[in-house]
Amino acid sequence: MLERDRHNFSPEALRSDIGDLGDESAISTIAQLTGTGDDTVIELDQVTKTYRSGDLNVEALQGISLKIERGYFVAVMGPSGSGKSTLMHILGCLDTPTSGTHLLDGADVSGLSEIELAQVRNKKIGFVFQAFNLLSTLSAWRNVELPLIYAGIARNERKERAFEALGAVGLLTRSEHKPGQLSGGQQQRVAVARAIVTNPAIILADEPTGNLDSRAATDVLGLFDELHQKGRTVILITHEQDVANVARRIVHIRDGKIQSVDERSQ
Amino acid sequence: MNGFESLRSGVEAIISHGLRSILTILGILIGVAAVILTVGLGEGAQANVNSAIASLGTNLLIVTPGSATTGGLKGGLGSATTLTIQDATTLANHAVAPDVAAVAPTVQKSEALTAGSNNWVAPVVGTTPSYEQIRNRSVASGSFFSQADLTEHANVAVLGPIVAASLFPSGGAVGQNINIGLRSFQVIGVMNSVGSTTAAANEDDQVLVPLDVAQSELFGRTQGNSISAIYIEATTKSTLGAAYQEINTTLLNLHGITTPSAADYTITAQSSLLSTASTVSKTLTVLLGGVAAISLLVGGIGVMNIMLVSVTERIREIGLRKALGATPGLIRRQFLIEALILGLAGGLGGVGLGLLGVVVLPHLIPNTVVVSPSAIVAAVLVSGAIGVVFGVYPASRAAHLAPIDALRSE
Repeated sequence: MLERDRHNFSPEALRSDIGDLGDESAISTIAQLTGTGDDTVIELDQVTKTYRSGDLNVEALQGISLKIERGYFVAVMGPSGSGKSTLMHILGCLDTPTSGTHLLDGADVSGLSEIELAQVRNKKIGFVFQAFNLLSTLSAWRNVELPLIYAGIARNERKERAFEALGAVGLLTRSEHKPGQLSGGQQQRVAVARAIVTNPAIILADEPTGNLDSRAATDVLGLFDELHQKGRTVILITHEQDVANVARRIVHIRDGKIQSVDERSQ
Repeated sequence: MNGFESLRSGVEAIISHGLRSILTILGILIGVAAVILTVGLGEGAQANVNSAIASLGTNLLIVTPGSATTGGLKGGLGSATTLTIQDATTLANHAVAPDVAAVAPTVQKSEALTAGSNNWVAPVVGTTPSYEQIRNRSVASGSFFSQADLTEHANVAVLGPIVAASLFPSGGAVGQNINIGLRSFQVIGVMNSVGSTTAAANEDDQVLVPLDVAQSELFGRTQGNSISAIYIEATTKSTLGAAYQEINTTLLNLHGITTPSAADYTITAQSSLLSTASTVSKTLTVLLGGVAAISLLVGGIGVMNIMLVSVTERIREIGLRKALGATPGLIRRQFLIEALILGLAGGLGGVGLGLLGVVVLPHLIPNTVVVSPSAIVAAVLVSGAIGVVFGVYPASRAAHLAPIDALRSE
């Protein structure tokens, strides 16, 4: 079902993504004030990121402009060294751009402090990592409730919502298991439950199938598709074409620039 | 994330690294136990010295003759015969020295003692009945001589326990007669043992007789009117200083001396001995406590070491927690609470071990160990503080880890 993509480079599609920024930023400002976003959940405008590595300045991102609408399933694809990890860090508010603006859910997050970024990550972003990053000493549901603790939610509600999220990924029966007692696929499902438990604006998955065998990988990708079908915004970072093919739009990155954007029909 | 969540997270982290946590706690624990035991030993020693000195009578002042200067040569202290019965009688006058409660002049000389076929040589002390009270002594059997014995020149003697045991090995000294020199005396009492109280003399090895008899019949010809020492009891411990002044002024007047530095007698206060002794044992306590405090410090460095290892080891966890929305402040608090728990657990465990030592130690060594509540409270507070102080650096390092670097780390 996943047909091999033939790099369908379309300048028109690209231009439409970054085209009328002047109008959009005005809308974003309003959205920021009212708190009700339009259909754009992520908007990057000429984002650059420069690292200092010894005496060298490494330009990891060289002016990325990108718009992702609510409810979209987007894959960011590129080989290693292409800057996709840096892009993922900026999209995940783990890092701030050197220049350019980053609007998340209508709010400008480019110049936020460390504490403000932590709050944005907590409320707006659900992370899924390649290595699952579950705390081995905590049971599945207690791993899922972690972001709710930092959100300051009471214990009873936390437990209820954690079980709800585990139910959504089909692991309700394993809620008391510790990560070591779960298979890789199940662990990643717990991580997905943790990502959706706060009801974030975006789910950001960084190589979520990298540590999984092909069956478990298909399983987890199916789960992302399911979440997308339910109306969630999913951003998938990968270097594998097979994985990226699940998404509705594939953004190809190379040398810190967007090389092409593929819109795919479902 | 409230305090309770941080606490729970801290306890879980400590439990999940059980052995390492126990070893960390052990460092603090031993330090605290050492502080409690050394301070307890020091205070025990101090209490022992204090009670030993108090048994001599804490309100006690002793007046001894000064040195006699003959031909420009100064003799030793006590060589002069400057103190007289009149000095003692005047000091006993309440109008002259209101802060003096009782006065006991003494004359003293070694004499040969015989009882039947047994003989012994011991100091014979002539004194007044108030000696028993002033010197904080009591009789084991029989009675001390009375004021009547004094005025009637009764030939009665009270034996120290060593003398009694030497002259009457089979006991029953009271009622028997002994010869002091050539005079016969009736034994009317035997003193309780006081142990060896000074290096100079064992006061269990002496014979007490009424002052007047001693002067007229035993050493009258050699010593005349002079006496060896005057034991004086002040009314209370707090009037000791005033009594000292009164005695000094009175004696200067009586002896016709105008410059106090030329006084021909010496007044010794038992309390000065007390303060010297307690200074010594305090120094000892500070020294031992200092050594123990250093071991506590080493324990604290152990906490820091383990917390730094913990931060490095849990770098991914820190990164994850940050990604999930933990602010630097929350991460710092989590690690500080862990360090605090380690410190406090060590402190409380140390108090337990210390108290156990307080119970067990006296069975192993002859020293007294006193439980000092202030040392316990201080040790627990300090151990908690050590946890926090030595936890600050690791906690700050954890708090300021960049989430990306922390997540990337393998």
